Amino acid sequence: MKNISFFAVGILFGIVMTKSEAISWYRIQEMFRFESFHMYGIIGTAVIFSALIIWAMKKFKMRTLSGTAVSYTPMKLSLPRHLLAGSIFGLGWALVGCCPGPMYVLLGQGYWIIGLVIVGALLGTFTYGQMRQRLPH
Amino acid sequence: MELISQPQGFLAFLSQPWHWAASGAGIALVVFLLTWMGRSFGVSTSFKAICAAAGAGKRNEFFNINLKDEFWRIAFVLGGVVGGFIGAHLLTSPEPVAISQSTVEYLASVGVDYPGSDAQNLGFVPTSVFNFGSLKGLLMALAGGFLVGFGARYGDGCTSGHAISGLAHLQLPSLITVIGFFIGGLFMAHLVLPWLLAL
Repeated sequence: MKNISFFAVGILFGIVMTKSEAISWYRIQEMFRFESFHMYGIIGTAVIFSALIIWAMKKFKMRTLSGTAVSYTPMKLSLPRHLLAGSIFGLGWALVGCCPGPMYVLLGQGYWIIGLVIVGALLGTFTYGQMRQRLPH
Repeated sequence: MELISQPQGFLAFLSQPWHWAASGAGIALVVFLLTWMGRSFGVSTSFKAICAAAGAGKRNEFFNINLKDEFWRIAFVLGGVVGGFIGAHLLTSPEPVAISQSTVEYLASVGVDYPGSDAQNLGFVPTSVFNFGSLKGLLMALAGGFLVGFGARYGDGCTSGHAISGLAHLQLPSLITVIGFFIGGLFMAHLVLPWLLAL
């Protein structure tokens, strides 16, 4: 089954998130207080390496396993939408100290309270779906 | 004579906290693998997929998606759960997360002891604040999750989709979204959270 390979990449992701300490509520507070370079180092390195990899994949016309070219569907630029959505997300991120990826990872570590955070995230997702026509996009 | 209690060799090497550059490279490896496998790195869409699986598509066409296209993402996040277990319990760091002294002092000033506030002593989640026995903690967990879920869907992506994938594809909308993450995050971390913790 193909999904097994995605499961395996997920395991790698969970280990990287844990050992990088990016899942730590304390690291997130430290980041937003500018008291350590750690999180900026992680995100910066990840972006630079990923950008180089994607640039190289496009440059050398590397095909994906499904035979397609490496591409990205750009979003329509909307300043109010991106700023508002980003700010709402940021409020939650700094409060619970974890973004969606780390939520799953922390659950695996036995922090069961994060299950409630995920319930909240599902409610938030559903609420957006219900009121999206009334929001600036 | 000293007793050797720590695991030795490669496992011990992996069990140390990773340098930020190694961590960033690890994330980039995940981005590469997912891109090579014909997908893109994005975690928050799994929330939409779970809503759809729970039947939200019957009430709202936004959730009317082909679930088969999302199986890979569910497999990926379930892998994340297992990876978290391995990372924390089989590759346990010898010490709790080494946050900076000034953060420790700030946390103490708002009543959060470090690392004592994490019952697992890993330095990951302040369970003294977020636990099932505290109404305030329950509400904070639920509200924080709600904001993350709502904001991620409204902005069509979270840290993985925008801050990593989007920036790596040099997307301006992603950069603006990341600026938003910091507007909201700084406001919460500096103004709201200290007040909430002191309540």
